[in-house]
Amino acid sequence: MKHIDEYRDGNLARAMAATIAHEAMPDRHYQFMEFCGGHTHAMSRYGIEDLLPSNVQMVHGPGCPVCVLPIGRIDAAIALAMRPEVTLCTYADLMRVPASGGANLLKAKAAGADIRMVYSTLDALRIAEAEPDRQIVFFAIGFETTTPPTAHAITLARKRQLSNFSVFCNHVLTPPAMRAILVSPDTRAIRVDGFVGPSHVSTITGTSAYQSLAVEFAKPIVVAGFEPLDVVQAILMLVRQVNQGRCAVENQYSRLVTAQGNLIAQRATAEIFELRPSFAWRGLGELPHSALQLRDAYADLDAERRFAIDTLPAADNPACECGDVLRGLTKPAACALFGTLCSPDTPMGSCMVSPEGACAAHWSYGRFRDRARAGAGQVVR
Amino acid sequence: MTGLKLRTRKLDIRHGLIDLSHGAGGRASVQLIDEIFRTAFDNPILDQGNDQAAFDVPGGRMVMSTDGYVISPLFFPGGDIGSLAVHGTINDIAMAGARPLHLAASYIIEEGFPLSDVQRIAQSMAKAARDAGVTIVTGDTKVVERGKGDGVFITTTGVGIVPPGLDLSADRARPGDLVILSGAIGDHGVAVMSQRLNLGFETDIVSDSAALNGLVAEMVRVATGSLRVMRDPTRGGLAASLNEIAQQSKAGVIIHENRIPVKPDVAAACELLGLDPLHVANEGKLIAIVAPAAAGDLIAAMHAHPLGRHATVIGEVIADAQCFVQMTTSFGGGRIVDWIAGEQLPRIC
Repeated sequence: MKHIDEYRDGNLARAMAATIAHEAMPDRHYQFMEFCGGHTHAMSRYGIEDLLPSNVQMVHGPGCPVCVLPIGRIDAAIALAMRPEVTLCTYADLMRVPASGGANLLKAKAAGADIRMVYSTLDALRIAEAEPDRQIVFFAIGFETTTPPTAHAITLARKRQLSNFSVFCNHVLTPPAMRAILVSPDTRAIRVDGFVGPSHVSTITGTSAYQSLAVEFAKPIVVAGFEPLDVVQAILMLVRQVNQGRCAVENQYSRLVTAQGNLIAQRATAEIFELRPSFAWRGLGELPHSALQLRDAYADLDAERRFAIDTLPAADNPACECGDVLRGLTKPAACALFGTLCSPDTPMGSCMVSPEGACAAHWSYGRFRDRARAGAGQVVR
Repeated sequence: MTGLKLRTRKLDIRHGLIDLSHGAGGRASVQLIDEIFRTAFDNPILDQGNDQAAFDVPGGRMVMSTDGYVISPLFFPGGDIGSLAVHGTINDIAMAGARPLHLAASYIIEEGFPLSDVQRIAQSMAKAARDAGVTIVTGDTKVVERGKGDGVFITTTGVGIVPPGLDLSADRARPGDLVILSGAIGDHGVAVMSQRLNLGFETDIVSDSAALNGLVAEMVRVATGSLRVMRDPTRGGLAASLNEIAQQSKAGVIIHENRIPVKPDVAAACELLGLDPLHVANEGKLIAIVAPAAAGDLIAAMHAHPLGRHATVIGEVIADAQCFVQMTTSFGGGRIVDWIAGEQLPRIC
């Protein structure tokens, strides 16, 4: 595959890994956080951990949109989907995310709710046009990457006067989440020497979105693509910044990311959405100005207002450590539920659902390494 | 009225639709079977018109397998539900190393389904069976009311005979055995998915649907005593089949990503849809676990057959109490190759 294989080249990876091993100071320990679930997924799928020297370690961050959505919002979506007049359109990752009382969208669908999996917001619009007697609600989630397509669908729905289309908005913002990680006393207790910064999110926001964070918290941030060589190169760039005592925002993903980002997408988003005063994140708690809602001018397309959706706070399973996993405080295998009660077939927490969730990635790709600690079995090298 | 034959008008295959009378067991049912199925399948056992098929079998071990086919869309690039229903059951028989003999076919057809599609499917089944040297010797047809089916569901059951000296079973893989894959993976699943209307995704990829019994016969000929396991990696893909073998044999498997053939356009489609080719269904590929000494001859025999031209050793069986299937990635790291959880679903970003 042209333009893909180049970024998965094993020989280049080994050469770059050798450079990291050479440049990482042997008497120093380096610990970086990959912010995005896409990076977590790539690291697990390609076995990047096996290429890194033992004194360069990665911890997982909160950048998995499915994982950070609190249970109360899933409960609200299920309640909405159970209304006889409503068709809920959703990205497929959300189908198996656990809600209160063992519910999820997949079970709600089996129980008769009209829930349809779509690849794009435009698919939801097409359904709205084809079925004018149904109320089509798009379950919008995701960081800055998935927000512009939602904005575009809202613009088109307004233009086409689609009165049966609305959006249940759960879009969240990356910089407030990074800030929450950096100010949290818990996260400060584990040492994070720098961040592999968001990938596709940065194509929209630009690298400038992280400038103030790098300065205020004195942490290097390297924006990186989702291909495995991108990640390895970003780690090398972070090691170099640490060695040089620098704390800059650098751009490894320069083939797609600019300093200012995608201004058209930013304008489209700003036209439709405004900041919510506060939003509850799974794992990070209530964060002010960390999420988006539809502006009053688009109130008629806002499912929360059309259906008077009330989000009630709902507690996570007390034994589930997704909250700590999302902040890098613990690794998936350390959770008591991991691989016992919680697996991708029977997820207890959201991090075990999405392929980008740290627990699902570790279960699906990396769990053979856990037994090395128990001292048994054969490990791939 | 003796001496007078009731004159029935022939089925209007071009414009006609299945109605409930076609499944009611009366003349309409008989006519449907005669004019479409019996004409297409054309063999003396079926022509006897009994409710069962009677035939002689050689001595030895017999294998039997059944499978239901509910694919959507019914017609896809490289095949249709009919050819798939023949290939799938033949392959299940062939994976025991057996020579498939006969098939039974059972149809559940939805009211309103075009007769022309029934005929197209029957003719496709007939061709698939003929090409594989297998006959369809008995069957059944039911009609359900509109809305209670999805066009047509087909169940096929097959019987076959295992050659002497051959004992294939998924619990027979042993550490040191080699894992052979007959060709590129992912074609069928991507071809079908690309046809599903709500994806609106176009490719030139065609399904690999094919009967593997000819290839298997060649493999058995050169490696009877050394073949341990054969599986066709259908639903759940290569990953599911290898995990089944590992679990049943209580061993581990390690495969090497850069040895697994995936066609560039299949790889690209998977990339776009967020799928892993290891989890995507195949309908004309097999995995063979073989003692290492016989692998060279086996590969040579496979290469000489059109369906095994790209056969290659992709890995080996290892001792592992946890029965993991592991993979060395072409990137240089290691990972697990797990079963897929639930249905393979697209990622959002």
